[in-house]
Amino acid sequence: MTDLLLEMHDVQIEGRSDETWMPIIKGVDLILKKGEVLGLIGESGAGKSTLGLAAMGFTRDGVRISGGTVTFDGIDLRTASAETKRQLLGKRIAYVAQSAAASFNPAHKLIDQHTEAPVQHGTASKAESMADGIELYRRLRLPDPDEIGFRYPHQVSGGQLQRAMTAMAMATRPDLIIFDEPTTALDVTTQIEVLAAIRDIVEQFGTAAIYITHDLAVVAQMADRIKVLLKGEEVEEAETREMLSAPKEDYTKSLWAVRAFQRPAKPAPATDAIPVVSVQTVTAAYGKIPVLHDVSFDIHAGRTVAVVGESGSGKSTTARVITGLLPQSAGVVELDGEPLPADYRKRSKDQLRQIQMIYQMADTALNPRQTIAEIVGRPVEFYTGLKGHAKRNRVAELMEQIELPASEYADRLPSELSGGQKQRIGIARALAAEPKFIICDEVTSALDQLVAEGILRLLARLQDDLNLSYMFITHDLATVRSIADEVVVMKDGRVVEQGRKAEMFRPPHHPYTDLLLSSVPEMDPDWLTNLLAERGVHNIGDAAAASIK
Amino acid sequence: MHPVLKIILQRLALGLLTLFIVSIVIFTAVNMLPGDFAQAILGQSATPEAVAAIRRDLGLDQPYVVRYFGWLTDMLQGNLGISYAQLNFQSNMGGQNLKTVADQIAPRFANTMFLAGVAAVIAVPFAVTLGVLAALYRNSAFDKAVNVGTLTSISSPEFFLAYILVLFLAVLNPLLPSIANIYQGISLADRLTATLLPALTLTLVVTAHMMRMTRAAIINLLASPYIEMARLKGVSPFRIIVKHALPNAWAPIINVIALNLAYLITGVVVVEVVFNYPGIGQLFVDAVKNRDIPVVQACCLIFAAAYILLNLAADILSMLANPRLRHPK
Repeated sequence: MTDLLLEMHDVQIEGRSDETWMPIIKGVDLILKKGEVLGLIGESGAGKSTLGLAAMGFTRDGVRISGGTVTFDGIDLRTASAETKRQLLGKRIAYVAQSAAASFNPAHKLIDQHTEAPVQHGTASKAESMADGIELYRRLRLPDPDEIGFRYPHQVSGGQLQRAMTAMAMATRPDLIIFDEPTTALDVTTQIEVLAAIRDIVEQFGTAAIYITHDLAVVAQMADRIKVLLKGEEVEEAETREMLSAPKEDYTKSLWAVRAFQRPAKPAPATDAIPVVSVQTVTAAYGKIPVLHDVSFDIHAGRTVAVVGESGSGKSTTARVITGLLPQSAGVVELDGEPLPADYRKRSKDQLRQIQMIYQMADTALNPRQTIAEIVGRPVEFYTGLKGHAKRNRVAELMEQIELPASEYADRLPSELSGGQKQRIGIARALAAEPKFIICDEVTSALDQLVAEGILRLLARLQDDLNLSYMFITHDLATVRSIADEVVVMKDGRVVEQGRKAEMFRPPHHPYTDLLLSSVPEMDPDWLTNLLAERGVHNIGDAAAASIK
Repeated sequence: MHPVLKIILQRLALGLLTLFIVSIVIFTAVNMLPGDFAQAILGQSATPEAVAAIRRDLGLDQPYVVRYFGWLTDMLQGNLGISYAQLNFQSNMGGQNLKTVADQIAPRFANTMFLAGVAAVIAVPFAVTLGVLAALYRNSAFDKAVNVGTLTSISSPEFFLAYILVLFLAVLNPLLPSIANIYQGISLADRLTATLLPALTLTLVVTAHMMRMTRAAIINLLASPYIEMARLKGVSPFRIIVKHALPNAWAPIINVIALNLAYLITGVVVVEVVFNYPGIGQLFVDAVKNRDIPVVQACCLIFAAAYILLNLAADILSMLANPRLRHPK
C-alpha cells in the first residue's frame, strides 16, 4: 500500500497523576491514507487531543506513549530522535489548535509567524513564503489579504485568526494536518466561514487531515471517515454517511440522540399577567462605549426566555443590567411590577435574593478552597438566616434537588467533581436563595452534549417543581430549541426579533435570525455544500455581511 | 493622543507626586534624628547659649513647617543649600572658597553613576544570558550550578565578596588595583581600570536576582499554547526560548532590572568603603554622622529620584514590550 500515510497500531498513552501513571489511551488503532480526512469525535476526556498529538509523535508534559507504534510515512515516530521529529513537525505534519487567539504568539506579526516554519525548515525563503502566505490568506477568504498578515494577533478577530492559523499550517504544504477543535470557540456564523475555508483548502492541496471535534454535525461536513472515542477506547469507526445513518453502538446512538431532547413550550401567559422580570427600553454603556440600545422584553412566571446572539451582541451585558452590576443609563428593570434600583448596592436583600445567576465556567465560579457544603451553605445562611442543624438540613435538601446526595458530596472540594457536577453545585447555590428568577449564562456551553442534556433536563424539572423563571443566555440554537418558551434575538446591543419559540423557528424571519438559524450545522454530510450553494456566493464573509445589512 | 504617551504622562505626574511625598518623609525623618548639628559640632561641654547661637544662624530655631517650605522652595530652584560643615569651616577660616551642597555632591554623584553604569553594562547582559541559558537547559547540571553560584554570591556579605575578588584579582594575580584611586582629570582607561573591581563586586551582588527572574519568567511561559505551537512547528529549542518566550517575558524582567539598577546607585556604601571609592554613599554616611542636614536631605532626594525614575523607565519599557499597548486595535 503506497498511499498509506499514517499508521497507529495499538497505541497506549499514559498521563501522570501524582506519582502514578494513569492510562489515557488504551490501545487504539488508526490508519490514514494520503489525502484522506478522518474525523475523531468524543466527549472531553475521551483522549481525542492526546491521540491527535500522538499522531505527530508529540506528547504534552506529564504524558507518555507507553505502547504500540506510530508510523508516519515509514518513519517510526516512537523511536525517532528528537531532531528527526523536529524536522517533520511544521514541515510534513502541521497542527491547527483550538484557540488561535492563544496559539499565536502575541509578540509577533501573523506573517512572521507564518513564514517561520518554511524558513526554519528551509522549504522557502522569507520573501517566497510571505508571498505564498498572502496568497493563502486570499484563498482562505480573509479580508484584506495583502495587509492582514502585518497585524498582531490581538488586532485580528477570532474567526480570522483561526483561518490565519490554517494558512500557517499550509505554509509548508504538509502531508498531514491535525485540526484540534478549530471552530469550537467560534460563533455559528463565523464557524461556517472557517469550516468552508478549511474544507476547500484541504481538498485543493490533497492534504490528509485528522479533524478532532465533539460536534457531530461539524464532523459530518468535514470527514470522509469518523472514529468515535470513549474514555480512551475506540467505540466504532465507519464511513461518514454510514456512521450517520446507521450507527452500530449504543454509545454512538446516544450521542446522536442528544439533540432530540425538546420540551414542549408552555402556553402563552395571560395578557394581563404581571411579568416576573420586565426589561423596559434599557440603554447601557461601558464608560462612553454604548453597548445596549432600547432593549425590552418580559419574562413571566415559570417561563424560560432564551436570549441568543453572537459574542458581543449584548447578551451578558443585559444580564449585568438586570442584576444591577452595570447600572443602565436609561430605561427601567421591574421585578413583579416594581421598578428595581439600577445599582445592586441600593437594592434590598429581598430584591437581591429574587434574582440569582448561574455561570458558564463552573470551574471559576466555585471557590476551590471551600467544600460543597460551605459553598451551598453560605447563601442559605445569608438569605434565609438558617444556622447549624437547620442549615445543614437545607443544604441536604438542595443537594437532593440537584441529584447529588449530601451524604456523598457535601464534604468534597470542587476539584473532586466533574464539570457537570460542578455546574449542578452552581445551580444549588442559586436555588439556596429561593429565587423567583435565575439567569443562566451559557451554562451548558462548556459541557459535553450528554452532560449538557442532563443539566437542561434538571433545570426543566426544577422549573416545573418551583415555578422558576429563567433567562437563558446562549449562542447555541439547539439549546434554545430544547428548553425555551420564548426567544429574544440580539445583535449589536439591540433586540432584532422576539417571540414564541414556535414562531421563531418558523419562517419568515428577520434576516439576521435567518442567518443564525441557517448557520447551525446539521447532521447531513451535504449540509455545508448545499448551504454554500444556496447562499450562492463564493465569498461567504461578504454574504454574511450583506444579509445582515 | 497615543495611549502609551497618555499613560507615560500619567506615570510621570504620579512620579512627581511621589517625589513630593518622599520629600516630606525625608525632611520629617531627618528632623527626627536625635541631636542636631549644633550639638554634634560643639560637643557635650557646649553652653546652651553657644548651641542656641548656632541654631539661630542656621535657622534651626524656625518652626518645622516654615523650614520645610523654605527648603522645598530652594530645592525647586535648584539650590541644594550650603553644607553646615562648610559653614562651620568658613567661620573658622574666614569665608574663602565656600562650596555649596551641589558642588560637593556633583563629582561624587558622577563617580557613583559611572560605577553603577559599568556594573550595569556587565551585570544586565550577563544575568539575562545566564537566565536564558538556565531556562533552555532547565533542571540540568548547568542550571543547578548557575542557581547555586548566583545564590551563593547574593547570600554572601558584599565586603566578603569584595575581599575575595581583591585576593584573587589584585593580590594573588595583580591584574587590577585594589584601591579605586580616582582623581581629577583621570583618563577614561585609568578610570575604567580603577572601577572594574568594585563593578565586578556589584555584578556578583545583583546578578542572582535578575538571572532568576529571567529564568522564571521564561519557564512560566513554556506551558503557553503558543509555545506548544512553536514546538509543533518544529522550531529549535533555543529559538523557542529566545524568539517565542523571551519577547513575552520582558515585563517582569525589566522591573527586576530596574530595582537592581536602583540598588547600584543607592546601595553601594559598603563597596565604596572597601575600595575607598569616592562615591555618593560615603559622602552620605559622613553627612549623617555630622548631622549635616542639607547634604543628607539632598542625598536622600537624589536616591528617591533615582528609584522613581528607574521604576518609571521600567513601567514605560514594559509597556513598550507589550504589543497590545504598542499597537492598539
